[in-house]
Amino acid sequence: MREEVLFTLDTPYRQPLAVKGWFFGTPGRKTLAVMGALRGNEIQQMYLCSQLIQHLCALEQAGGLSQDCGILVIPCANQFSMNVGRRFWAADNTDINRMFPGYDAGETTQRIAARIFAALQGYTYGVHVTSLYLPGSCLPHLRIMKTGYQTPETARAFGLPYIALREPHPYDTTTLNYNWQIWNTETFSLYTPATERIDAPAALQGVEAVLRFLQSRELCRCGVGPGEPSRIFAEETLCNVKPTAGGLLVHQVSLGSQVWRSQPLAEVLDPCSGAVRQTLRAPVDGRVFFVHEACLINGYDVALRILPDKAGESQAQQEQQEQQA
Amino acid sequence: MIQEVVRVPLAVGEDLVIQKRRIGSGGPRLCVVTGTHGDELEGQYVAWRLNRLLQDNLSHLHGTVDIYPALNPLGISTMTRGMPLCDLDMNRTFPGGRDGAMSELIAARLTEDITGADLCIDIHASNIFLREIPQVRINVNTADKLVPLTKYLNMNLLWIHAAATVLESTLAHSLNAAGTPTLVVEMGIGIRITRAFGEQLLTGILSLMAHLGMWDAPVAPIAPPIVSSDGAVSFVNANFPGMFFPAVEHGVRVEQGQKLGVIADPLTGGIRETLHSPAAGLLFTLREYPVVYEGSLIARVLGGSV
Ligand SMILES: [Zn+2]
Repeated sequence: MREEVLFTLDTPYRQPLAVKGWFFGTPGRKTLAVMGALRGNEIQQMYLCSQLIQHLCALEQAGGLSQDCGILVIPCANQFSMNVGRRFWAADNTDINRMFPGYDAGETTQRIAARIFAALQGYTYGVHVTSLYLPGSCLPHLRIMKTGYQTPETARAFGLPYIALREPHPYDTTTLNYNWQIWNTETFSLYTPATERIDAPAALQGVEAVLRFLQSRELCRCGVGPGEPSRIFAEETLCNVKPTAGGLLVHQVSLGSQVWRSQPLAEVLDPCSGAVRQTLRAPVDGRVFFVHEACLINGYDVALRILPDKAGESQAQQEQQEQQA
Repeated sequence: MIQEVVRVPLAVGEDLVIQKRRIGSGGPRLCVVTGTHGDELEGQYVAWRLNRLLQDNLSHLHGTVDIYPALNPLGISTMTRGMPLCDLDMNRTFPGGRDGAMSELIAARLTEDITGADLCIDIHASNIFLREIPQVRINVNTADKLVPLTKYLNMNLLWIHAAATVLESTLAHSLNAAGTPTLVVEMGIGIRITRAFGEQLLTGILSLMAHLGMWDAPVAPIAPPIVSSDGAVSFVNANFPGMFFPAVEHGVRVEQGQKLGVIADPLTGGIRETLHSPAAGLLFTLREYPVVYEGSLIARVLGGSV
């Protein structure tokens, strides 16, 4: 293990932002890079990386890493915002994950993105441990951007239950995932249910997924189990459940629940009188993939997302066929 | 007539309502929109002045003017640039979609409401950090259609910038793509109102209306903008953190190598960096907010190979 400051950025009146990386395996080998928190609220993402570092340390000491393997983990690149409880770059409220591939002569967060991107260049595989833009939590999954370079079959080796394929929107073109992939790194975004709080079992599931992936490529021997068969689906397959009324949102099912068409999922209550304004029902048979976490909800905001049982399967098969074609 | 463009219930005892004022009737139709970024207020003055001027001179108006002073009411009310709660830049949500989240639904309704107008003017006011001279910005792909219109708008500068995929989510891009010509104005600075700039744009809007056959009262003389592409714009960014103290006024002509200001260190009394103009030309952007980091934009100069 080698701990190294990748770059620093001076600030007025605060300590320089020092972004650190942890290297494992054979120096110069660029097999896998794992990027953690880019936003100041991504505590779970940082925690997951810290636990990965712990596991990789032990594995390396025990001689469990292959000679062909070189790994970089960057747990956090934004303590500047994290330490003051801000989600985005605290000086100008810009999102580092909307600044890739970065520009080293540009604005502050463009420069930070450029330096992170330089450190992440040349790796065969990339994992970005990241959080949703929507406020809420989702089932653990990998997300892959459809840039034309994507290889969803590779992602099965992580042994996570879900792999979502995303059609990039214009604003996705400045994310790390999109640019990393365009620059020839096979990139996977890893989502776990938590962001601002720590979900230790989910973090461990993520760590094991990364180790399993390395093991499947004979890059480490760590004895982690085979994981789960992955269901690959297009993100558009998810059905949004949205109230037309605003109010208090009271969930009647939890993340991961199997639900049946027309089953009540949640109620929207008048926040002052407690009267039920609306009952939200499942539009399809499926699994609760995302839940809005805040107690309050506005009209037309996404309260839940359901992954349908069947329609998605056929779409996933279609995706696979597209891949093979 | 005040009209509701979109209404969405908020969680507790309040609706989010985006309104417009419609003045006049029939064609052509002009839409003047502002307040997408809640920290940009220069358009408020223009909306108010235009509103009053038109209602007092209805006999000179031929057609419809729709004024949308606040596309992001929650942002304006809370001095928040983006949409509060979801921390989204509203100008990255267009054209939106009816099946998406609340922000996308709002974007879709706004796009629908404006689409079909003969012209839309989207007024921005930089941000809280930088002061801008009155300028029109258009994407190079729309230049053929839009450049002829910009000369009526009485702005000092027309910046024809390169296309970028990420900018495809702006209101202007979505409207232009839908066939509604849309000009983006940037002027002044966030959370302030520069009345002189507002009056200048007001004259421009009236002259553009006269050109479209919508306005037949006399209009004060206007001046065409300096036209520039990306190549002629030089950027000055800070390379050190500290406090920026300018040595020049905004909007003046500067010489190549002229001192623009210093980045000072009040702790030591030292100077971390002295910044110079990379080119001779018009200092059209100048930093107003003193706290800078490595990379913070300090100035933009229009010069070099125009
Ligand atoms: Zn703006």
